[in-house]
Amino acid sequence: MSEPMPPAGPRHWVENLGHHITSKIWRLGFAARFFFYVLLHSGTALRRFGLTIREIYFAGVLSMIIILVSGLFVGMVLGLQGYDTLQRYGSGEALGVLVALSLVRELGPVVAGLLFASRAGSAITAEIGLMKATEQIAAMEMMAVDPIARVVAPRFWAGVISMPLLAALFSAMGIFGGYLIGVRLIGVDEGAFWSQMQASVDVRNDILNGVIKSVVFGVAVTWIAVFEGYDATPTAEGVSGATTRTVVTSSLAILALDFVLTALMFTGGNGQ
Amino acid sequence: MKRSTIDIWVGIFVAAGFAGLLFLALKVGNLASFSTAQTYHVKAKFANIGGLKVRAPIKSAGVVVGRVSEVGFDNESYDAVVTFNVDAQYKFPRDTSAKILTSGLLGEQYVGLEAGGDTVMLKDGDLLRLTQPAVVLEDLIGQFLLNKAADGKDGKEGKK
Repeated sequence: MSEPMPPAGPRHWVENLGHHITSKIWRLGFAARFFFYVLLHSGTALRRFGLTIREIYFAGVLSMIIILVSGLFVGMVLGLQGYDTLQRYGSGEALGVLVALSLVRELGPVVAGLLFASRAGSAITAEIGLMKATEQIAAMEMMAVDPIARVVAPRFWAGVISMPLLAALFSAMGIFGGYLIGVRLIGVDEGAFWSQMQASVDVRNDILNGVIKSVVFGVAVTWIAVFEGYDATPTAEGVSGATTRTVVTSSLAILALDFVLTALMFTGGNGQ
Repeated sequence: MKRSTIDIWVGIFVAAGFAGLLFLALKVGNLASFSTAQTYHVKAKFANIGGLKVRAPIKSAGVVVGRVSEVGFDNESYDAVVTFNVDAQYKFPRDTSAKILTSGLLGEQYVGLEAGGDTVMLKDGDLLRLTQPAVVLEDLIGQFLLNKAADGKDGKEGKK
């Protein structure tokens, strides 16, 4: 921007690359420090729980519709597709197992996380970024109010609390959708549907691990969202860029974390 | 602090979330059958356990009476040592035999217990003497081919 004619050539290219990498690492360090700062200053978010409740309303309650509707449809699609494949092997009754395991272990936390990132994460970033752009954050600092404790921490905790609840709602709704298609529409035996599901879904191995996943995704998404908002360039362009980055980064983070968590949780067979 | 309309929505949301979790745990999972009841451990050595896994069911007459708690290997006899937890309400004679069976053609493997006639009951830490290893499909096919080959030879000799 400062130079009208950027010097071409490999030297410039290497310099650019180095600058790019250094600034990314610098940002990562800042994000980590920011995370610990938020944790340290979350006393207010818990003491004045009204603030957090308000944010749970915006992040969680308002995301409920999209989560419930998508959960229902994902479950119904799983019911149709799963039955189509399973009945070729003569095991249409295992539909309940297929729907429940895929939702509880993977789709519930991941899809709910992706929806949460685009529905609530982007809103958090935009809100904090705009507060920064309109100098509300600076004004708070002037009034000796810590903006991290007052603005960031309640949003962070609201996200962390909402995400597992939303993922559970998504999975429950999806299983209901699978039930509607499998049992009501296709006519899989209702008793076999539920009993096979109960026999193969384990509370600790499957459900608890799914909940752990959703908590991890909740922390990751909200952390990225509040950080991007707080770090946004305080202009209209900067805020829109930060919002886009929130959705992209947190979606990638969810998928990468999901792979790591799945590798840790579900390898080595059924057990220990 | 005043109560506001936001509170009721958050309340509904949290209640719905927990209801979802409860539904997953009770209706989808097997929390209800999670027994906190007393169990006793019984061990059994098998020449081959096939695909038996920890937490596989122990069934007697088709009823689940316990779960596999540990699968180990005996360095001296080169056998698999399977430890299972049997629910304390089910008592078995000491000469009970254990088999590794498969539910259905492609189903999971489980341990089947068949009660013997001894008057002394199994107690914690006992070792089952009579066991039958898992059927390995490759061995079965090998045996079948061998029998087939032997039959073929006999048939030809018979004709001569």
